Amino acid sequence: MEMTAQHAPVVFDMELADRGFWINRFCMGLMDEANREAFKRDEADYLARFPLSSEQAQAILARDYNRCIAMGGNIYFLVKLGATDGVTVQAMCAGMAGMPVEDYRDAMLAGGRFNLAREA
Amino acid sequence: MARLSATLYTSHVPAIGAAMDLARDDDPYWKPVFDGYATTRRWLAAHTPDVVVMVYNDHATAMDYSMVPPFALGVSDRFEIADEGWGRRPVPDPLGHPALARHLVHRLMTSGFDMAVLHHPKVDHGLSVPLSLGFGRVSAWPCRVIPLMVNVVHAPVPTAARCLALGQALGEAIRSYGEDLNVQVWGTGGMSHQLQGPGAGTINSRFDRWFLDELVVRPDALASLSHEAFVEQAGTEGAELTMWLVARGAQMAFQADGQRFDELHRHYHVPASNTAVGHLLLAQRAEETSQRQASSMA
Repeated sequence: MEMTAQHAPVVFDMELADRGFWINRFCMGLMDEANREAFKRDEADYLARFPLSSEQAQAILARDYNRCIAMGGNIYFLVKLGATDGVTVQAMCAGMAGMPVEDYRDAMLAGGRFNLAREA
Repeated sequence: MARLSATLYTSHVPAIGAAMDLARDDDPYWKPVFDGYATTRRWLAAHTPDVVVMVYNDHATAMDYSMVPPFALGVSDRFEIADEGWGRRPVPDPLGHPALARHLVHRLMTSGFDMAVLHHPKVDHGLSVPLSLGFGRVSAWPCRVIPLMVNVVHAPVPTAARCLALGQALGEAIRSYGEDLNVQVWGTGGMSHQLQGPGAGTINSRFDRWFLDELVVRPDALASLSHEAFVEQAGTEGAELTMWLVARGAQMAFQADGQRFDELHRHYHVPASNTAVGHLLLAQRAEETSQRQASSMA
């Protein structure tokens, strides 16, 4: 598996957790139906409840999950945002991989996008 | 004296729960996933435990990372199934076993594992998907459940060696419980998968199959794997596999006491959504089970 810097994984650590604390806290709130409705009514207004940086708020509004993660968002929190949008985790992953979801799904059915066993 | 009738290992992919909730088990995409659990479901129906200690990671459900306990144990009598953002799964709330849970906390603390104690945590797919896989669609779960949560996300995380040692202490704690209870420990999560970044969709079936082999016969060999090694080999979220060592450690404690376990079933399939699905059922050898049942009935 070519583990280039491009797809070297981000390991979520104390520093990232601190940076992304309010991204993740915002996502936690989406476990409540009333909060999901308030967010959907006016996303920017709802986000203003949290002390997010403008870059963080922009990444959330753009659903740019790679940037959210780079700024301390964690996928186990971010899937609650995907769920609020009615988007599957698979579609979120396809988006992060920069692929149409059908192509991503096919690659997974073929054994995974980067599969050591297949490439060996 | 409580006994360990089996250890069970399985992925806990949320999409598996969704597929069951939407009755898609027989879809061509899902059928190969669920077919691999049929043997286990039959076995569990005939050997239903009194209590399952469910080792899993909270997926930002009970904990928002204002606190990050390495190991946490739920001691309540009931655990509410959480709404994780798409509404609550239509499955029953698991009932706990407070007396055994408190006993486990006491024993683990005296053997050097300072457990965080959780009162009424909500539980997520990490706990409910394995129950669904094991018991199918039910109006009430057929056993009590004790959640044992491990931080496998927020680095630094407990080492694989520490997870194996926790499992051994857990096994000894179960064995020291006075009541005659049929207990199982289920280790969940994995197998290889990565849910983030341009490398999303990583699978390493060679590593997964090696891990399954080693877990059965040489769990000690897995204890030296670092978090970085798990991430490199199995993907960022594949690091959940370290939790399987807690269940395997519990079995080691009973094996050290002379009990034998057999691999009754193994299943491996790619993919479920983004993830490689792995499953093992290791059961206490049948003749000993029947002897024990005979002696407890006598």
